[in-house]
Amino acid sequence: MVSITNLYKRFNKNTVLSGVNLEIHQGGIFTILGPNGSGKTTLIKSILGMVIPDKGTLMVFGKNIKSNSSYRHQINYLPQIANFPSNLKVKELIKMIKNLRGDPGTDLELMERFELAPFLDKKLGTLSGGTKQKVNIVLTFMFDSPLIILDEPTTGLDPISLLFLKERIQIEKAKGKTLLITSHIMSFVEEVSDEIVFLLEGNIYFKGSVSALKAKTQEQDFEHAIASILSNNHA
Amino acid sequence: MLKILKYSFFDLMRSRWSYVYLLFYFLLGIVLLFLNNDLSKAVITLMNVIIVLAPLIGTIFGVMYYYNSREFTELLLAQPLKRSSIFLGQYLGVALSLSMSLILGLGVPFLMYGLLQSSAIWNFSLLLITGTFLTFIFTALSFNIALSNENKIRGFGYAMLLWLFLAVIYDGFFLMALILFEDYPLDKLSLVGTMLNPIDLSRTLILLKLDISALMGYTGAIFKKFFGTDYGLILSIFMLILWTILPVMRMVFKAKKKDF
Repeated sequence: MVSITNLYKRFNKNTVLSGVNLEIHQGGIFTILGPNGSGKTTLIKSILGMVIPDKGTLMVFGKNIKSNSSYRHQINYLPQIANFPSNLKVKELIKMIKNLRGDPGTDLELMERFELAPFLDKKLGTLSGGTKQKVNIVLTFMFDSPLIILDEPTTGLDPISLLFLKERIQIEKAKGKTLLITSHIMSFVEEVSDEIVFLLEGNIYFKGSVSALKAKTQEQDFEHAIASILSNNHA
Repeated sequence: MLKILKYSFFDLMRSRWSYVYLLFYFLLGIVLLFLNNDLSKAVITLMNVIIVLAPLIGTIFGVMYYYNSREFTELLLAQPLKRSSIFLGQYLGVALSLSMSLILGLGVPFLMYGLLQSSAIWNFSLLLITGTFLTFIFTALSFNIALSNENKIRGFGYAMLLWLFLAVIYDGFFLMALILFEDYPLDKLSLVGTMLNPIDLSRTLILLKLDISALMGYTGAIFKKFFGTDYGLILSIFMLILWTILPVMRMVFKAKKKDF
């Protein structure tokens, strides 16, 4: 589904990705982990074509994404920080995105679950962080695409919304979709992921299931397993 | 691209500043026409205002719009849209809404005054065309600057410097060069010098059309001598088109390579 070969990216003098090779097959939940600045967001943005790699090829759905934009019809993306045009109203934003994608979408159920109805006529600039994230999630899940990319989806969510998000992720997985998630909340990662991709200093340090990671680091607990990778590497 | 254009255009149309800009031209038009009573003098005064103001507003709005709509741009980039259509759409949205303020703001008072019966209609149309060109050129230049500078304040500073340079400083240097080298034949130099600055070019273009030799100055006179009125007009309009297309092409090129 997504195949990345030998991907390099640097910003000025700062090398972020140095030769990443990654193969993501259809179906299941993949989480990308790594310390701050390890290149998680850069990797995701490269898949979306927002960051242009210096070297390497990126194939999504079997096609090279270089100077191609139509493949994004089949991707739903939840950005890390919900930065929306602040003078737009919530309902205008939703209408606009539908219009731009040329897809009516299914937002009603999501809106109801997140209880967003009272905010529809409010401007995005006046919303709280959590409410913005809910709008963000509605925008992401309202289209039916085979690949869903979530960058830090749990930020700012209250427990009920978080529960709903997890539920929704499982529903999408059951439909045979591929989900690519980054998160720093280890319990969340352990709960949802089928496979983990651990990025360290611009390279893939580990790829496999949660239990394989535990076995590799000889730790019982997932959080400690991650911590042991980090401390061993920095020591 | 049209969808983005539409959103950008209506976004700007909702902003207060578009109306302030429109109102300014509207009042200027009314004051000049109804207190002055001489249409051709009004056109000359308008020319002096437009030639400085249209680039200034184009620069400021271009830079501000780019930086303020970064979030919007990032949202669009994740959608199945071509980069060139995102940026061209935004650019045309800004440039068109500013041009509309200019054309409506000046056009309405002039129509009220009875422009259609007057002989100045072509002079006046040319004035609006040049104003529109200047808006498109300087909005494109400011988008270029903003695309190349992540830092808002630095980008804004560079854009203002560019305007200051082309609107004021350039003429000073140009004049100094003409005085310093007055013993040499300067025809070619002054022709090239005029064409390299869209503001000077617009001024020459309008003065050629108005055919006021007293205001034309040295370069205008040379322009006229060299090309004659008609050929000079066509050449300067062609140069203005080039001045619009080149920055727009660079903008699209730059946007394709940028990381967000």
